[in-house]
Amino acid sequence: MSTTIISLPDQSTARVPKVNYLTKENGLLSWLLTGDHKRIAMLYLISISFFFFIGGALAGLIRLELLTPQSDLMATDTYNKVFSMHGIIMIFFFLVPSVPATLGNFFIPMMLGAKDLALPKVNLLSWYLYVAAGILALYAMSTGGVDTGWTFTTPLSTHYVNTNVITTGLAIFIAGFSSIFTGLNFIVTIHKMRAPGMTWFRMPLFVWAHYAASILMVLGTPVLAIALVLVVLERTVGIGVFDPAKGGDPLLFQHLFWFYSHPAVYIMILPGMGVINEVISTFSRKRVFGYTAVAFSSVAIAVFGFFVWAHHMFIMGVSNYAVLVFSLLTMLVAVPSAIKIFNWAFTLYKGSITFETPMLYSFGFMGLFTIGGLTGVFLGTSGTDIHLTETYFIVAHFHFVMVGGMLMAFLAGLHFWWPKMTGRMYPEKISQLAAVVTFIGFNFTFFPQFVLGTLGMPRRYASYPPEFQILNVFSTAGATILGVGYLLPVLYLTWSLKYGEIAGNNPWQATGLEWQTQSPPLTENFIETPIMDHEAYDYEWLERQKEKEVASVG
Amino acid sequence: MSEPTKHDEHHIVSPKVYLVIFLALLVLTTLTVAASFAELGIFNPIVALAIAVVKAVLVVLFFMHVKYSTRLTKLTVGAGVFTFLVLISLTLSDYVSRAWGRW
Repeated sequence: MSTTIISLPDQSTARVPKVNYLTKENGLLSWLLTGDHKRIAMLYLISISFFFFIGGALAGLIRLELLTPQSDLMATDTYNKVFSMHGIIMIFFFLVPSVPATLGNFFIPMMLGAKDLALPKVNLLSWYLYVAAGILALYAMSTGGVDTGWTFTTPLSTHYVNTNVITTGLAIFIAGFSSIFTGLNFIVTIHKMRAPGMTWFRMPLFVWAHYAASILMVLGTPVLAIALVLVVLERTVGIGVFDPAKGGDPLLFQHLFWFYSHPAVYIMILPGMGVINEVISTFSRKRVFGYTAVAFSSVAIAVFGFFVWAHHMFIMGVSNYAVLVFSLLTMLVAVPSAIKIFNWAFTLYKGSITFETPMLYSFGFMGLFTIGGLTGVFLGTSGTDIHLTETYFIVAHFHFVMVGGMLMAFLAGLHFWWPKMTGRMYPEKISQLAAVVTFIGFNFTFFPQFVLGTLGMPRRYASYPPEFQILNVFSTAGATILGVGYLLPVLYLTWSLKYGEIAGNNPWQATGLEWQTQSPPLTENFIETPIMDHEAYDYEWLERQKEKEVASVG
Repeated sequence: MSEPTKHDEHHIVSPKVYLVIFLALLVLTTLTVAASFAELGIFNPIVALAIAVVKAVLVVLFFMHVKYSTRLTKLTVGAGVFTFLVLISLTLSDYVSRAWGRW
């Protein structure tokens, strides 16, 4: 068993190519007016990292407050605002754009052998909308915040609170359009811009996952936009759609909101699953087991995602019969998710596995996402849901999926493609350490919350009975470890920009088209349009290419 | 990027078609107003919505050229309609059965 597959060029002679997308043009304006998908991806990467650290700081405040049973660090109203803003920023300004807008933006055109996305200006517009929405959200936060929770549940949001609901709602409305444009761009690009020979079933599974997520973005997000506009109209002019006194129904809001926000979970997780496909295949030197099944399972998750939303509303007063139907439909989603997990396990089987950082993060994803997904089955079963809903069990469940799943996948992808994006390697040993620290910190933080939830500790309260303290101390201690796990990559990735080893074209010996060009790539991605003459993940093809190179040099 | 197949050739719609559709929309608008004055009980909103749907379909098919578009475009529009129907019908599955009581 070899310990690594990394093959770097001779460091004494290797140089980062002089002409690449980063050096092609200089000056702030060349970035702010760029149509280059790679530059927009980098702009997005900086922006979402900024929001991740704001959201993370808010999470730190939440955990500090929960260190003691009394509400002593902040007033209970402030606590409500802190957890609401944590949710809003993490979901709409970090998780939804995380992988698609950065890695997807950067690599979908390259994986398809295209020069850019189909609509470069729409792509840039999407980033500007994101920034505008982000500024509006920060403005809302700094002028008093919002305390409805990220769900804006009526009638609380329309009748009972007097915080910045309108400003925040509009910020998310705008962020939604940014997301729609990203999804639209991906769909058009995948349909129209594939290189010669790049058939649908030769595309990397990363692209399939993004295709499925894009469908959700385009079809789901408008409903969220409508729901939020209705909340704003309810508050400003009192149209009464959600007001029983005027013939409306407060539950209608939740139907509309979760119609988007449940698929939004898959908008967040599907691109992460796409990353895992690439990483697992590359570091076990095998084609992804059951390529077609994995490709279709992404689409199946996207389609089923639209049929399950009312499982968020089991105790809200929907009819018993609707609970029965939605509970059954919810079980369906477990099937394509399990297909993915089993196929990744079979990909590993008899593979030549090596344990570079992206692979460590991917293993983290597989374990934590499985726990997060299976506890979702507990919650989808209406009987257990009635006991567990609105407790810390829910909090633990979605953090296992979103943080343990998606954030791990994002970090896996970021490390995996970092050499391609910057032309330099990150330091391997310390990043392996960071991956392990993240995994340990994560489990310390969120596993006690499963126990707290089953014991009955409700979510969204600043104070709690003293008998829950020990587990909460565990959780807060874990959060500090987790914080270290997230700070480390920021430090060493920044360090590597200048001091990292020169990566060369293909440090991982991966098969994707994005690895068959220089790193960092040219603005046009490829010197000539590539022709796809082999299946995805064909490592024998890669070997033959290398032999050809050696023969021609010799 | 232009698609090389013949489907992509731009279909030219004659002004006559536009005029007919425009007149149809005007007639339907008048009909909506007229129907709102009639006492139809529960059928008032149903009639109004039905007319509105017919008008929207006319606009999408002719003014937005979907009738002359590729099958891919039609599929895209269909996906939107399908998702909308999922939203309405599954939400109604809650509202319709709320009064049924316990089981």
